[in-house]
Amino acid sequence: MVSADAVWAALAEIPDPEIPTVSVVDLGVVRDVRVEDRRVRVEFTPTFLGCPALETMRDAMARRIEALGAEPEIRVIMDDSWSTDRITPEGREKLRASGFSPPAPRAAGTPQLVQLRSSAFRCPYCGSRETRLENIFGPTPCRSLRYCTSCRQPFEQFKTI
Amino acid sequence: MNVAQRAARVDLLLELADDELILGWRNSEWTGVAPSLEEDVAFSSIAQNEIGHARALYELAAADLGTTADELALDRQPDEYRSAPLVELRQLEWARTIARHYLYESADAVRIEALQAADDPELAGLAAKIEREEIYHRMHAEMWIDRLLASAEGSRRLREAVEELWPYALGVLGEELRPVWEERVRARLGFGGPSATEPVQRGRPSDELRELWEEMTMVRRSAPGARW
Repeated sequence: MVSADAVWAALAEIPDPEIPTVSVVDLGVVRDVRVEDRRVRVEFTPTFLGCPALETMRDAMARRIEALGAEPEIRVIMDDSWSTDRITPEGREKLRASGFSPPAPRAAGTPQLVQLRSSAFRCPYCGSRETRLENIFGPTPCRSLRYCTSCRQPFEQFKTI
Repeated sequence: MNVAQRAARVDLLLELADDELILGWRNSEWTGVAPSLEEDVAFSSIAQNEIGHARALYELAAADLGTTADELALDRQPDEYRSAPLVELRQLEWARTIARHYLYESADAVRIEALQAADDPELAGLAAKIEREEIYHRMHAEMWIDRLLASAEGSRRLREAVEELWPYALGVLGEELRPVWEERVRARLGFGGPSATEPVQRGRPSDELRELWEEMTMVRRSAPGARW
């Protein structure tokens, strides 16, 4: 029988299809892993509902579990349990290293336009806070576009949800 | 949940899902042709979110009906859709597009607030998840309202569009939620449509929906039963 730890370790090797430096475990979308004999039940919480990467992640999880010699059962949980606060500290650091500014904590309250328009977001390249909002929306549902006026570099900001 | 409650829940889910699917489709019509590149990106992204919400809502309904989200979204006939006429309108003009965007998102907000408090954990949970994304749609709509209200021409064009779309916007919500929405919109804009207007009700598909349906379901109808 495969151990839950072995399953977590295998899942930690599955990259996000769109930001491959970050794994599905870093993203916090794996809510629970339960092993019952040969069967491995994974609870998977989607990020953004229109994200086309979700099916790819779900299928990749099933294949990894099969490779461990177990029977996967991936349950997609459509409740409110995922927020960007579920991204792990390692995940946030990996995002920064690949040029994405990590999401602001949701714990601070509902995101407000006035906050996005402020210069509170740090440029992932030079660390400056002299940044401005260019577009609430970006190339994928999870990102906004910002511009750093210090190093004159556009960058992508992970949305807080 | 008894049979009647379950049927009512399916009806509600289909209304919500059809609104989001059709609006997502309409919003995506700006992809490539919006007045600026930034708006092209914004409307495309909002469209993608709305269609994602539609899928999740159809999946809940599909579980009750023993079918699939794709079948509900694409295999029904045009007169079986429950969408509000507001989302069916094909908007070729920017001020009208923004007016519809604001009127729909503000009405949707009232509806989602109510659903989050619903005595149905699945529906309330999904509504809360959808709300996390909708916050950004409303910010975008609000930004445009500020921008249009800041000039005389913008205000005039917004007001004309809001007055024209008012009866359609009233048709998005049921009677019990309408007054909250109307009060909020009038307070925000400083105007609205005539208060005694008869709402354009959902459930009577427009010619515009029939045209959209032809296009939306074309690929699926061309190869029935194909797996993609």
